[in-house]
Amino acid sequence: MAQIVVQDLRKAFKVAKREAGLWNAFRGLVKREYTHVQALDGVSFEIEEGELVGYLGPNGAGKSTTIKILSGILLPDEGICQVMGRIPWQERIDHVREIGVVFGQRSQLWWDLPVIDSFELLRDIYRLSSADYRKTLEKVVDTLELTDLLEVPVRQLSLGQRMRCELAASLLHNPKLLFLDEPTIGLDAVSKLVVRDFVKTLNEEQGTTVILTTHDMDDIEALCSRVMIIGRGKILARGKLKDITREVARERRLVVELDGDYSKEYIRSQVPGAELVKLEGKQAHFDFDPARISPPELIANISARFQVRDLLIENQPIDEVISRLYGELHI
Amino acid sequence: MNRRAYQAIMRLRFMLLMQYRIAALAGITTQFMFGFVKIMVLEAFYLSTTQPQPLTFQQAVGYVWLGQAMLRLLPWDGDGEIQALVRSGNVAYELCRPLDLYSHWYARAIALRVAPTLLRAVPVFLVTLFVLPPKYALSIPTAGGWAAWILSTLGAIALGCAITNLINISMFWTISGEGISRLIPAVVIILSGMGVPLPLFPDWSQRLLELLPFAGLVDTPARFFTGQLSPTMIWVFLARQLVWTAILIIWGRRLLARGLRRVVVQGG
Repeated sequence: MAQIVVQDLRKAFKVAKREAGLWNAFRGLVKREYTHVQALDGVSFEIEEGELVGYLGPNGAGKSTTIKILSGILLPDEGICQVMGRIPWQERIDHVREIGVVFGQRSQLWWDLPVIDSFELLRDIYRLSSADYRKTLEKVVDTLELTDLLEVPVRQLSLGQRMRCELAASLLHNPKLLFLDEPTIGLDAVSKLVVRDFVKTLNEEQGTTVILTTHDMDDIEALCSRVMIIGRGKILARGKLKDITREVARERRLVVELDGDYSKEYIRSQVPGAELVKLEGKQAHFDFDPARISPPELIANISARFQVRDLLIENQPIDEVISRLYGELHI
Repeated sequence: MNRRAYQAIMRLRFMLLMQYRIAALAGITTQFMFGFVKIMVLEAFYLSTTQPQPLTFQQAVGYVWLGQAMLRLLPWDGDGEIQALVRSGNVAYELCRPLDLYSHWYARAIALRVAPTLLRAVPVFLVTLFVLPPKYALSIPTAGGWAAWILSTLGAIALGCAITNLINISMFWTISGEGISRLIPAVVIILSGMGVPLPLFPDWSQRLLELLPFAGLVDTPARFFTGQLSPTMIWVFLARQLVWTAILIIWGRRLLARGLRRVVVQGG
């Protein structure tokens, strides 16, 4: 059996709603109106041991709800969910002993205490033997470069430093399964790279299964062998990121540097089969579908009509592809 | 039970709370002022009363000082950090730990109550026992009185932490905790004897006060210390404290289980 099995998971939240204004505030005192938000509307998937899966979707799509159910914090309304053969919310304590969780927007470290104090508390909470604890600690301190941070009170850490400590904290008990909920949110480029490298190595060397939710496409591209895209509580696409994006983004982009100034209208009239999306000075950006017009043909066309200084074919930027994908999936 | 974890949590909280030394110093000054005001009022009362009272003036003075010394043991607020956790949704992390949440919070409650009390009680005891003129001083109890006071103080801690935990758990329903934290002090201060010593309350109310849990917080230890209750009575009073503690713990656990079922971890 797969390490994680989720079948037809459903969860609705009741949200009190009130229209703006004083009058409605008073009305709300007497009569509360609720709306049901269907956070998960029949989600199913399986994840095998050792996979590194990206879980994508716009804000409010149900990503965090899924993670919370998988980690035993939330109770679903309906559906099956088994993690390592356990039902998380029924055997919460045994379950959480084997998982690690990082919520990027929250902190599990004690704000006023040096980092090491939080680590030692976790050692006691997970009842680690001091030998095991020291071994793991040494390893994470080494790979996440925490040596200088251990004695610093958490409130004095920068966000990037704190996130490295959060990652370390979630791994002290050597979990088989790691949930990362937006671990790179708000981090600078260097910290992002450190976090990414670490997660990748952890997955490759220790075989830890990782589920990663993020809005950062670079995270996904760099890390995930497989992605699931969720929107409005349903899984809308799954598979390799390349395959998913290829379906949506068949088009490629050709950037041409022209040797002269032309108007948009003129260029458009001269280049059929490709769409001019941008003209910046002498640089023209065309989108084209390689199935309809082959790149050599397009390039031959353009160079027959214009003096060309330079050209470059690239895939469309991944962020644009994903937002287009969300659009196509109606989320 | 993972004793080591709960002890570690308690120890950490304890260490943090012991840092608030200036606050304690300011608190001690306030406590002496309140103590003297109360004693002056009581003195006026005892000078004008014509009937014999259930508490001698000397015992009433002792009762007041004990209340002031042990003020921070009184469960009149929740754990601010836990309230912040629930409000912000960080409680999610607490649930990701292989711990029983009720015991976890109870361990924190013990630290929350005991640490500040230690900081304040020691100086207040020293001054009221040895420095003040005999008329306004705390009298040293008999050996039996000491023993009964220690036992009933432990009972008061157990009871107070169960009430503290209920206040924490109420956060799942009220989110802000503002309302509860304004209501609770009034109830706890009056019914525990922190305001006016309970033996001085009208006769008709005595039965009710005995039935409620709050007398176990201040009144019981104070009456054993001042000798108003004979040390042989300790078992009855300790039993009452512990029965109430058990009831409140069971109630708190039920509420917590229900609260967790409806928890909508705030945000994200």
